Amino acid sequence: MTVDLTAVKVAKTVDARGTACPGPLLAAKRAMAEVPMSAVLEVMSSDSGTNEDIPLWAKKVGHEFLGTVEEAGFWRLYVKRRK
Amino acid sequence: MAQAPMETLPDDTVEIEKLRAAVESLEQQVKGLEGRLPEDKVAMVVMSGDLDKLLAAFIIATGAAAMYEQVSMFFTFWAIPALKDPRKTVRKTVVGKLFEYMLPRGAGALSLSRMNMAGAGKAMVKRLMKQQRVMSLEELIQMAAESGVRIYVCQMSMDLMGYALSEMIDYPGMKAAGVATFLAEAGTSKVSLFI
Repeated sequence: MTVDLTAVKVAKTVDARGTACPGPLLAAKRAMAEVPMSAVLEVMSSDSGTNEDIPLWAKKVGHEFLGTVEEAGFWRLYVKRRK
Repeated sequence: MAQAPMETLPDDTVEIEKLRAAVESLEQQVKGLEGRLPEDKVAMVVMSGDLDKLLAAFIIATGAAAMYEQVSMFFTFWAIPALKDPRKTVRKTVVGKLFEYMLPRGAGALSLSRMNMAGAGKAMVKRLMKQQRVMSLEELIQMAAESGVRIYVCQMSMDLMGYALSEMIDYPGMKAAGVATFLAEAGTSKVSLFI
């Protein structure tokens, strides 16, 4: 089953577009601190490596990675805070 | 299958005592094993004084700070001049002055390990990094400080080369340390690297 990510209620969005590795990862980590438990963080990134990094970061740290939506030249990644 | 006759069943209290002793011994063993489990930490030796390797070290360190509870970097030998604050001066012996003169004075003065081409290659890489918005080494060090990455500087190397902790950049909690500090950290870390 896939979640309709465009309908996900986002608690906070962090725009890390333009920054390169490890910028988006650090931005996500920082932003997550301001997201309430079980709420969703949206990370905008134009660095394709982020698509590999954010799910791995979420898994390591204990958050739930919901998925990615591709836009023109960037991606929106959704992570649910679990820790 | 034949049922065991009643009289051969063990005495309950003896059996319970045995179990209790077994559980106790297991608890002790688990406690001992827990003490030996790696913690959620990363430990890194940074020996190279090359710009490219320092960039790699700090990218890994800042990334690790987002994923692990504690990150420690141990700076030794050629990596020590990368932490020097060029504005800070201390009294030095002739040999100490020689080292400072011969080695880069701070993160901004490092060279690439390859394609440096008397600074032309380095200038090109720095320009490319800026264009692609890759953080500079100075920015990465700042980021590491904000992320709580710990920096230790090898006391023996500093003594040998005539450096002092007081001429290093302002970095929160920067400490001088010896090999045992690194080994103690590495021994309890999940990841340890040598750069």
